[in-house]
Amino acid sequence: MRFATILGAVGFATALLTGGLNGGLMATAHADALERITKDKVLRVAVPQDFPPFGSVGTDMKPVGYDIDTAALLAKEMGAKVELVPVTSANRVPYLTTGKVDLIISSLGKNAEREKVIDFSVAYAPFFNGVFGPDSVKAETVADLDGKTVGVTRGSVEDIELSKLVSDKVNVRRYEDNNGTISAFLSGQVELVATGNVVAAAIMERKPPRLPNLKFLVKNSPCFIGLGKDEGPLLEKVNAILTKAKTDGSLAAIAEKWLHAPLPKDL
Amino acid sequence: MAYRFDFTSLWDYAPVLVHGVATTVGLTVAGTVLGVGIGIAGAAARNSASRPLRLAVGAYVELIRNTPFLVQLFFIFFGLPSLGIRMPEWAAAVLAMVVNLGAYSTEIIRAGIDATPKGQVEAGASLGMTGPQIFRYIILGPAMGKIWPALSSQIVIVMLGSSVCSQIAAEELSFAANFIQSRNFRPFEVYFAATALYLALAVLTRWILARLGDRLFLKGAARA
Repeated sequence: MRFATILGAVGFATALLTGGLNGGLMATAHADALERITKDKVLRVAVPQDFPPFGSVGTDMKPVGYDIDTAALLAKEMGAKVELVPVTSANRVPYLTTGKVDLIISSLGKNAEREKVIDFSVAYAPFFNGVFGPDSVKAETVADLDGKTVGVTRGSVEDIELSKLVSDKVNVRRYEDNNGTISAFLSGQVELVATGNVVAAAIMERKPPRLPNLKFLVKNSPCFIGLGKDEGPLLEKVNAILTKAKTDGSLAAIAEKWLHAPLPKDL
Repeated sequence: MAYRFDFTSLWDYAPVLVHGVATTVGLTVAGTVLGVGIGIAGAAARNSASRPLRLAVGAYVELIRNTPFLVQLFFIFFGLPSLGIRMPEWAAAVLAMVVNLGAYSTEIIRAGIDATPKGQVEAGASLGMTGPQIFRYIILGPAMGKIWPALSSQIVIVMLGSSVCSQIAAEELSFAANFIQSRNFRPFEVYFAATALYLALAVLTRWILARLGDRLFLKGAARA
């Protein structure tokens, strides 16, 4: 009796497992994600909730941000309802490869390792390091920095990249953390600041007397939407929507809202 | 041991460390000379006949001795520009150290002055010495001799405290160490070297100050 129960349970579990596996394999092998989205009218998107202004939890405990607005824009164009799945930067790619979401819109950068496992859309958001400063300071290229003081956070990507570019005539002041760099800029101890566009946007948010407007790019690594491999029709659809959103100004509106800066023309 | 030391990567950055040590020494010398100067003036003021002056110096001493050095430094570097007072980071660092040491040394030197027997001052007055002469020749010399070890310790503390100035990007020894470890990713080796350098600087500072104390005050005592 007992033995039979165990045998039955094992058999049931095996059936479940193989069934599940089969279903899973079939889903990745020849599922058309776009077909499913159109049929169910649900677009499942992996979004960040710990990375403002791209994605954070709002006062009503719902995710808000650049990525969430982009997800809503895509869902609207596809005639589907958006289903937001909060992810971390570590688990966002596994969420896509295991079929838990249709898209990753999570300030995802493109690199060779990721391209082996997932596909990327065209860029949808600017993400870059640059030199920022008030309009009164003229600096269009690295050469214009000669004789000027530039604040930067020590050991950051922008510190390493800027240090490679500048001459000895540039007075680079390196601060311990972002707060030190921001304080030095706001108090006028440095004329310009090298930082990420996200940090500059955070400063803009506070509407200080010295506004960090973009002078020039130091390192560009825009964000892309991640899709499953071999999802040709979905990729085409997403790219078409993004291209349209770039020309009709709807993406520019999102950029203005969350980054307080116009969308770069070359995005 | 699992960790493998690699000091060779540090060698490329030797000029950065040398520059850092030089800056730390420069900050300390400037801060000490001016700070002890303020201390002497402050101690004299605390013993002066003018009550407002005594109160003002007392307020300065209490304010500085009861607030953190880092906050004083940020106040000068990040706060004062709002009032239009802007200075480079080395000047802000020196100013903060001078203000800080000035307050502590005021108290230390005052203790030495208080330890001078009243009879000696009266003896000076009866010889026809003026107030400043009495202060210079009778009070200050022996007072400094008495408190020299305590003052030396305070100067070493200020020298070590200058590491905080890395926070406003003053490129002293701690800044150099932080900078190097952000480039070669060998924090253990870098801070090992920085620790050794600070220790050497502290020992050297004590030795120099002890020599200086012997010359300045033992000779004076022998002559007197």
